Amino acid sequence: MSIALLIEQILNGLQLGVMLFLMAAGLTLIFGVMGLINLAHGSLYMVGAFACAAVAAATGSFWIGLVASLVAAAAAGAIMEVTVIRRLYDRDHLDQVLATFALILIFSEGTRWLFGSFPLYLDIPPLLQGAVPLPGGGQYQLYRLAIIGVGIVVAVGLYFLISRTRLGMRIRAGESDREMIAALGVDIRTLYTVVFALGAALAGLAGALVGALQSVQVGMGEPALILAFVVIVIGGIGSIKGALFGAILVGVVDTMGRFLLPKALALMIPAAQAGPIGAALASMLIYIVMALILAFRPSGLFAAQS
Amino acid sequence: MTNASLMTRETIVNVLLALLLLAIPLGASAMGEPFYITLATRIAVLALAAVGLNIALGLGGLVSFGHAAFFGLGGYAAGVLATHAFDGVPLFAGIPGTDSMPIIWLVTVVVCGLLALPIGAISLRTTGVYFIMITLAFAQMIYYFAISWPAYGGEDGLSIYVRSAFPGANAAQPLPFFLICYAVLMTALGLFWLLRGSRFGAALQAARQNATRLSAVGIAPFNIRLVAFAVSAMVTGVAGALFADLNKFVSPSMMSWHMSGELIVLIILGGKGRLFGPVAGAMLYVLFEFALGGITERWQFFLGLILLGVVLFARGGLLGLLAGKARHG
Repeated sequence: MSIALLIEQILNGLQLGVMLFLMAAGLTLIFGVMGLINLAHGSLYMVGAFACAAVAAATGSFWIGLVASLVAAAAAGAIMEVTVIRRLYDRDHLDQVLATFALILIFSEGTRWLFGSFPLYLDIPPLLQGAVPLPGGGQYQLYRLAIIGVGIVVAVGLYFLISRTRLGMRIRAGESDREMIAALGVDIRTLYTVVFALGAALAGLAGALVGALQSVQVGMGEPALILAFVVIVIGGIGSIKGALFGAILVGVVDTMGRFLLPKALALMIPAAQAGPIGAALASMLIYIVMALILAFRPSGLFAAQS
Repeated sequence: MTNASLMTRETIVNVLLALLLLAIPLGASAMGEPFYITLATRIAVLALAAVGLNIALGLGGLVSFGHAAFFGLGGYAAGVLATHAFDGVPLFAGIPGTDSMPIIWLVTVVVCGLLALPIGAISLRTTGVYFIMITLAFAQMIYYFAISWPAYGGEDGLSIYVRSAFPGANAAQPLPFFLICYAVLMTALGLFWLLRGSRFGAALQAARQNATRLSAVGIAPFNIRLVAFAVSAMVTGVAGALFADLNKFVSPSMMSWHMSGELIVLIILGGKGRLFGPVAGAMLYVLFEFALGGITERWQFFLGLILLGVVLFARGGLLGLLAGKARHG
């Protein structure tokens, strides 16, 4: 095993982690501010990917597609919030799970209706094609490095948005006492819609970025959604810092597990068995990590005080 | 209206639902329409799975988003045992497979119980959304294990060539198989009714309503919930074994999170915590699936709309509509 291969796998883990962070940040923000558990977040991810692929195919520009994905996902999120989600804030989690589960059915079938069952393909923009040399002799895709960069920019941006701006101040106030901030004259309904649309736009961005690496198809949001839930539960629901930490942890553990576990097992048992057992264990690994963390820290690593 | 008259009304609705579910396949059999028998069997099996979940979710307020794992485990218990019986290859250490339903159910109950205890013990340390998510995580763990373990078909699933046998009945025929499923469903409903009325059931519902008070009178909510979670998993597991025998096929999709969601949907459509809620829910669900599926390929879109409508506007589900509000919150 060369150093270059190891670095490549670590970078892959980081890239998965960054993608998960974009999903998880919105999810955890929505839970933290509105107390809402949103299963349909994966649908917004899918909306972003489809918007980007469709617009990029029509205009020939990935960048216009990327803008379209942000706009489409934010708009879909705002519409979803105003028509359905708004009615769920004072319901229990069971109702929220069910209503957003229903939204997944509607979005998935609706998208299949509009775009058909065949996957769409999205090309990596010319600017980001090519590879970067790695220390130790390997090469790494520039586009994946760019995704990691986008993730860092978004993380820093979110940090400043929440800790330094007026909107961020209101979001933090909404987290700690929603009645009080409404009494102080803040339009809490609009604030909620804005937060929801912001989370949706981040999910849409993640979908569009990943769309160039995989095929864009109905159902692509669900695995990402479940991983994002693992992330926010590990990190502590409501905590952006927890989402960042959890996302990187899940991304790296998952990628490295798939890479290293079969190799590690092969040292102990015959290779013919090590392969399948290693693969089976690796695909369970992040859930095992999550169960362990929750067993010892039942409200996650960075639980927000509530 | 007094409590007593409400109870009577719910009892009447329950009896009607039980008779209706029995009448469909009997009538279909008389008219030589085996398809409707299979449809009714599907209703009975899904209802059974949801009755299991209803013990945890309805009585205990434990929103398990991972019950599909137990449903699938039951399915695999049936599939694996039947395959070994068919091939004549011992399971391990010389233990043969079996195609006898009662033995398969027994194995399912033991396996599901043994898994539900540790899963429940870890999950019940958490509450609220964390509980929903950790049960989902355990189910995903088992799901991915089933997908990547090649011995029993992996992602492709496992076909059961001959439906398992039940002593004294020809289970290969649709009607006797329906009657077996129906009898198991009625037994499970009886169990639910007994549980709900027992001291244990009272403690379980008290744990949902106010866990602090329950601890104050000297009962540990954790133990009560853990037992309820395990019993709930066992019932859902048996439903999974029947589901595998119904389709003569078992695959990891029985364990997918979508299935867990559907089980919750069945309960909510019918009425949460109500004795016949899962039966009413399964009837509605299979009816939607069948009726909408006949009209449009996009039936899930409309199912989503209907479901959304039920959650937002028709709280209490079908039984709430037919038999009034539940007696206790």
